[in-house]
Amino acid sequence: MLLDVFSITAISAGAFFFFAGTVGLLRFPDSLTRLHALTKADNLGLGLVALGLLPRADSALSALKLIVIWALVLLSGASTAQLIGRALRRSRK
Amino acid sequence: MSILPYVDIGLALLVVGIASTTVAARDLFAAVVGYVAYGLLLAFVWIRLYAPDVALTEAAVGSGVTGVLLITAGKRLGALKNAVPDAQPALAFKLLAGALAALVAGALGAAILLLPDPPPSLAPEAAAAADGAGAGLGNPITAVLMSYRSVDTMLEKLVLILAVVGVWSVGSDKAWGSAPAELRQPKATAPMVFLAQTLAPVGVLIAIHIFWTGANAPGGAFQGGALLAAMWMVIMMAQLAKLPRIDAQWLRMALVSGPAVFLIFGLAGELTAGSFFAYPHSLAKPIILFIEAFMVLSIAAALPMLVAGPPSERPDQ
Repeated sequence: MLLDVFSITAISAGAFFFFAGTVGLLRFPDSLTRLHALTKADNLGLGLVALGLLPRADSALSALKLIVIWALVLLSGASTAQLIGRALRRSRK
Repeated sequence: MSILPYVDIGLALLVVGIASTTVAARDLFAAVVGYVAYGLLLAFVWIRLYAPDVALTEAAVGSGVTGVLLITAGKRLGALKNAVPDAQPALAFKLLAGALAALVAGALGAAILLLPDPPPSLAPEAAAAADGAGAGLGNPITAVLMSYRSVDTMLEKLVLILAVVGVWSVGSDKAWGSAPAELRQPKATAPMVFLAQTLAPVGVLIAIHIFWTGANAPGGAFQGGALLAAMWMVIMMAQLAKLPRIDAQWLRMALVSGPAVFLIFGLAGELTAGSFFAYPHSLAKPIILFIEAFMVLSIAAALPMLVAGPPSERPDQ
C-alpha cells in the first residue's frame, strides 16, 4: 500500500516533468533553451518514472535493468545535448 | 474496462500522423527525423502486437541504423539541397501518379479485407517443425529463423553483403581498396569521445547479451548484430578507430563469415542429419548458437560499411 503510494507519486512527478519538458520544447524561443527544457524530461522525468517502477520490479535483476536504462539515457542525453549545443555555437559564429 | 484500447488507438493515430508529416516534409533532414520517430513508434506497435522480437529489430535497424544511413546520405546529397523541383509536373502526370497510388492503396486494402477467415497461416506448421529440429531453443522465433526457414535467413545475410559490394562499387577506380571517407570530417569533439568511451563497452556487453538470450527470450543475432554495429559506428564517429580499408582481409572475412559458416553447417546437415540445412537433433542448440555468433559478426561488419559509403581517396595518400 505504502509502496503503491510511493510509485504513484514518483511516476506522476515524472510525468509532470515530461509534460513540462514538452511544453518547453514547443514554447521556448530558441534551440538552446529548448535543449534545456528537453534535458529535464530526460533526466528527471525518466529518473522519477524508473524510481516509481523500482518497487514493482519482479526481481533485483529487473530493478537493476531499470536503473541501467536510466543511466544509459542520462549518458546519451547529456552527450547529445552537448553535441547539439556545440553545433549551434559553431553555426552562430 | 481497460485503458489499453485507447492507448492503441492513440498509437495508431500517432503513427499515421508521423508518417504523413514524413512524406509531406520538404526539408530533407526533417523528413529523416520524422522517419526515425516513425520507426520508434512502430516498435511500440510491435510490442502491443506481442512481437517483442520484431520490435527490437525495428528499433535497432528500422529507426537506428536506417536513420544514420539516411542522415549520412542526406548530408552527401548536399549539392541537391532539399530537392525543390524547379518545374511543376503537368496536370495529366499528377493525375496519373495519383490514380496509380490510389490503385496500389486500394489493392492493398482489398487484399487485407478479402482475407479468408481464419487467414491461412504457416505458423502452426512452423512451430511444429521448429520444435523438432530447433529443440532446446526456448524462443520459437529463433527456432523458426534458424531451423524452419534457415535458407531464407542465410540469403538475407547474403543480400546484406551484396548491398555492401554495391556501395563499394560506386567508388572511383583509383580509390578502390582504400578506406571510406571519415564519418565526421572535422576533429571529433570531446563529448563525442566521452560518449564513445563510456557507451561502447556497455553497448557491446548488451549486444552480446541480446544475441545470447535470443535462444530463449526475445532477442537474437540480428538485434545483437545491429547493436554491435551501432557501437562500432559510435567509435568511428568519435575517431577512436579509423575506418578500415575495404581491401582489409579481416573485414572481408568478417563480412562473409556468417553466411559461409551457415552454408558449411547446412551442407554438413546433408551427411549428419539426412537433409540440406538439417541439424542433428541432440546438437541443434549449440550449432544454432555457433552459426548465429558468426552472423552477428557479419551484421556488425556490414551495417557500418553500408553507412560509411564507397571508398574515397584521401589527400594524405
